[in-house]
Amino acid sequence: MRYLSHTPEDLAAMLQVVGVKDLEGLFRTIPEDCRRTAPLDLPEMTEWELNDHMARLADRMVSWADYKTFAGAGSYHHYIPEVTRSLLSRSEFVTAYTPYQPEISQGTLQGIFEYQTLVCRLLGMEVANASLYDGAMAVAEALLMAIRIGRRKKTVAVSTLVNPYYRKVVETYLAPTEFNVVWLPYRPDGTTDLSGLDAIADLAGVAVQSPNFLGGIEDLAAAGKAIHDRDAIFITCFSEPLAYGILKAPGALDADIVCGEGQSLGIPQSFGGPGLGVFAAKQQYVRNLPGRLVGQTVDADGKRGFVLTLSTREQHIRREKATSNICSNQSLCAMAAGMYMAALGGTGFRELAQLNHDKAEYLKSALQAAGLEIPFASTTFNEFVVKLPKGFDQKWQALLQKKILAGIPMVCYYPELADHYLFCVTETRSKDDMDALVKEVQA
Amino acid sequence: MNESIGTRGLILNEPFLWERGRKGRSGYSLPRRDVDPAPLPEHLAGEGPDFPDLSEVEVVRHYTRLSTWNYGVDSGMYPLGSCTMKYNPKTNERQASLPGFAGAHPLVPSELCQGALQLIYELEHYLAHVAGLEAATVQPSAGAQGELTGMLIFSAYHRDRGKPRTKILIPDTAHGTNPASAALCGFKAVPVETGPDGVLLPEAVEALMDEDTAGIMVTNPNTLGLFETHIQAIAAIVHAKDGLVYADGANMNAVMGVVDFGRAGVDVLHINLHKTFSTPHGGGGPGSGPVCVGKRLAPFLPAPRVVKTGEGYLLSEDFPKSIGKLHAFYGNFGIMVRAYSYILSMGPKLKDVSQHAVLNANYIKELLKDVYHLPFDVPCMHECVFTDKFLEKHKVTTLDVAKRLIDYGFHPPTIYFPLVVHGAIMIEPTESESKETIDQFIATMRAIAQEAQEDPSLLQQAPHKPKVRRMDETAAARKPCLRG
Repeated sequence: MRYLSHTPEDLAAMLQVVGVKDLEGLFRTIPEDCRRTAPLDLPEMTEWELNDHMARLADRMVSWADYKTFAGAGSYHHYIPEVTRSLLSRSEFVTAYTPYQPEISQGTLQGIFEYQTLVCRLLGMEVANASLYDGAMAVAEALLMAIRIGRRKKTVAVSTLVNPYYRKVVETYLAPTEFNVVWLPYRPDGTTDLSGLDAIADLAGVAVQSPNFLGGIEDLAAAGKAIHDRDAIFITCFSEPLAYGILKAPGALDADIVCGEGQSLGIPQSFGGPGLGVFAAKQQYVRNLPGRLVGQTVDADGKRGFVLTLSTREQHIRREKATSNICSNQSLCAMAAGMYMAALGGTGFRELAQLNHDKAEYLKSALQAAGLEIPFASTTFNEFVVKLPKGFDQKWQALLQKKILAGIPMVCYYPELADHYLFCVTETRSKDDMDALVKEVQA
Repeated sequence: MNESIGTRGLILNEPFLWERGRKGRSGYSLPRRDVDPAPLPEHLAGEGPDFPDLSEVEVVRHYTRLSTWNYGVDSGMYPLGSCTMKYNPKTNERQASLPGFAGAHPLVPSELCQGALQLIYELEHYLAHVAGLEAATVQPSAGAQGELTGMLIFSAYHRDRGKPRTKILIPDTAHGTNPASAALCGFKAVPVETGPDGVLLPEAVEALMDEDTAGIMVTNPNTLGLFETHIQAIAAIVHAKDGLVYADGANMNAVMGVVDFGRAGVDVLHINLHKTFSTPHGGGGPGSGPVCVGKRLAPFLPAPRVVKTGEGYLLSEDFPKSIGKLHAFYGNFGIMVRAYSYILSMGPKLKDVSQHAVLNANYIKELLKDVYHLPFDVPCMHECVFTDKFLEKHKVTTLDVAKRLIDYGFHPPTIYFPLVVHGAIMIEPTESESKETIDQFIATMRAIAQEAQEDPSLLQQAPHKPKVRRMDETAAARKPCLRG
C-alpha cells in the first residue's frame, strides 16, 4: 500500500528490536475478549478505481455547475477566485496541526491574526476568535456566553427569524441544562417582534439575525436599545456576512456579540460543511469568549510574532470550568475567509455586496411586475420571500427537471407560510438567468 | 547521525495585509453589472469594511510567504502524541473538490443529492464496522463535539428512563475536553485515579460508581499510550448500576482491525476523522468527530439520519428520541469525503495501519528508554510517553528538548500531557514514517540528550533556526493584542 513504507526486512528488523516475533505480538496486552472475532470487511480500491467510484457518486448530485440555483437559506453560491483556492491548497497550511509550537507555525498564526482583524473590521467589533464550527454552533455558544455573563439569569430569548437550523442546534445545546429559551415571534413586515421582552424575567441575552431567515434586515439599533434596556446581552447573528459590505456594521449599533456563518467568504458550499463559525464580541467580554484566540507578542530577540493566547479560558487548563469545550475549530476555513477578504479588498467587497443587493432587487421587481406578491415589506439584501400561486410546488418540481432551483419552500419552517418561497440571487446569477426564471414562474 | 534535516535557508519577511496595498487595487475579477443600481435606504446603509485593497500578485506573495513559516506533515515527521499526524493523501483532496460535492447546496430534495447521501450512509456503516458497534453519526464537527454528542446521548438516555443522573466518572489521564464536554450537559466530573501501572483499576471505578452516576468516559488506548486492559470488567461495574461506558476514540489508530469495542463493553465511541482517517488538520481544523453507538443507543443519535429505502437514500427526521441537531446541516461533509476515500483506498489494510503505528511507537520506546526516563516500561500502543527526569540535573526541561528538535527539522512531540506524568514527552510516530526517518528521529533525540549534558544552553536557548525564537507568551496573555 502506497501510504505505508515498511518492507518485510524493515518489519523483521524492527520486531526484533521490540522483542516480539510477529505483528500480532504487539497487541499482547489486549485481552482476548476485547478482540475482533472476524477480520475487517471493507472494499479496497486502486487510485483510479476510486476516481471512477467517486465520479459516479458526484454525478448523482445537483451542483451549481449545471443548475441555475436561486437558493440560499444559509448556504450561498458565491464565485470563489482561483487565487483563494490555489493559496489555500498549499500543504504547509493544510497539513499543519493547531499552532502549539509557535516558532514553526507563524504562517497559520499571522494568517489567523489577520482573519480576526478583518472580521472585527467587517462587523465593527473589538475582538474576534479564531473560529467555531459553524453559524449554528456559534449562536448556541453566544447564548451560553450571555448566560455566563448574566451569572444567575437563566433565560435567553431567540427570534423565530433566526435560521431554523441554528435554532435546532440551540435547542440541542440547551436541552440538558437548566436554562430556558423563549422564541420571539415576527411582525407582518418580516422582522422580529421584541415587544414581549418585558414579560420575560431573568433575561440573560437576546439573539436576532440580520439579514434574517426571511431575508429581512432587522432594525438593530432599536433592538439593541430594547435589549439593553432589559440589561441583557445583545446578540446579533447572520448567515450572509457579505451583507455587511453595504449595511451598517452591527458593532456600530452596540451589539455585544456578533456571530454567524462565514461560508460566503470564499468557502465552497460542499453540501453544507465545512463552513465557518464567525464569533466576535466587545473587548470587555474577552475572557468569556469561547474558542481559540491568536495574539501578537515578541520573541526572545524582540521580533514581532504570534501565539495562541488567553488559554486559561480553555479546557486543557480549566477542564470542566472552561468557557467552551471546543478544541479543533475551522482554522483552514478561517484562512480561506482571510484570503477571500484580502483578494476582494474593501473596495471589491463593497461593490460585490452592492451587486448582490441590486440583482436581488431586480428579480424582486420583475416578479412583482409579473403579478406575484412580495409579502414582507422589510428591506432585504440578496434574499427575499415571494408568495406564489397555490400549487406552485408542482411547478417547482418541474423547474428542477429544467435544472432551475426556484427558491426554498418556507412551509417546512413556518407552517403558516404555505406557497411562500425564499429566493436568493448572488453575483453568479445573470440578468438573463433571472428573466428566464420570471418567465418560467409566470408561465 | 546522518546530516540534520534542519538547515539554514532564506526566509522572507512579510508585513500585515493592511501594511500592503493601495486604495483602489483589487485582486478579484468583479462580475459584470447587468442590472441598475438600487441604493439601500439611508438609515441602514454603512460605509463598508475597512479592508486593504491589494492586487492578486500581492495576495499571492503574502500568503505564499506566510506558508513558508509553517511546518506540516508534508514537510516532515510530526510525532505529536494523541494527534495522529499521519500522511494526508492527495487523492482525498481531489475527491472532496469534485464539483458535484464541493458545489452542492445542502437543501435540495433527497433525489437530487443521492451521491452525498450514499457516501454518508456508507461512511457511517464503515466506521461502525471498524469500531465493532451498531450505528454511527458523522454530524459532529470535531472530536470535542463528538464527546458532547456522547454526553448528550448519556443525558437523554437517563432522562428517557425517567432517572436523570448528575455525575460522570473521568480518569485523571483524560484530555481536558472530556470534563468540559460533560460539564456542558450538566454532569459533575468525578476524577478516577489511574493505577500504578498506568491503567485504570476496576476497584477504583467500583468505589465511585453509584446510581447517580451517568457512566464513565474512558480514553482507550489511554493518553499514556496504554490499552485499558480492564475495560471489560470496568464496563460490567458501570453497567451493573445502569450506567453507560463512553470511549474517547482519539487513539483509534492503534487498534483498527484488532479491538471490537462492542465486545469490550463500550456503549458510545467517538472517532476523529482528522486523526485516524487521514483528513488534514488544516492548522487546527476543520475536523470531524463521528460517534458510534451500540444498538440500544441508536435511537438517540442526532437527526436527520440517512436511511436506505427501496427508492434510494433519504434524510429522515423520524427519530423521536434523537438528541437533535449539532450542525446547521449534516456536519463537515468535505471531511467525510476525504475519510471515505481513505477507507476505500485502504480497505482491510486498515489493520496494517494500526500494526505499523504500534510497531513504530514500540521501536522508538525501546531505542530511547536508556536516555529518556520511561515512567511505564510496558508494551505501548501507538504512542510512548517519556519524561525529562534524566535531564533535570542539567537544568534541561521537556520544553527545551521540544524546541531543540525544531532545529533538527522535526516537529516536537506533545509535551506536558498527560498531566499525571511530570514533564511528559508524548511521541506518536504514526504508520506513515519510514524506518530511515524513525532511525534519524531516534538518533536526533539521542544527540539532544547528549547535548543536554555537554552544552545545556544550546537547548535552553533553542530553537535557533526558525524565523522567530521563543515567544513571550506571558506578555501576550497579560496585555492581549488580538487584532491589528
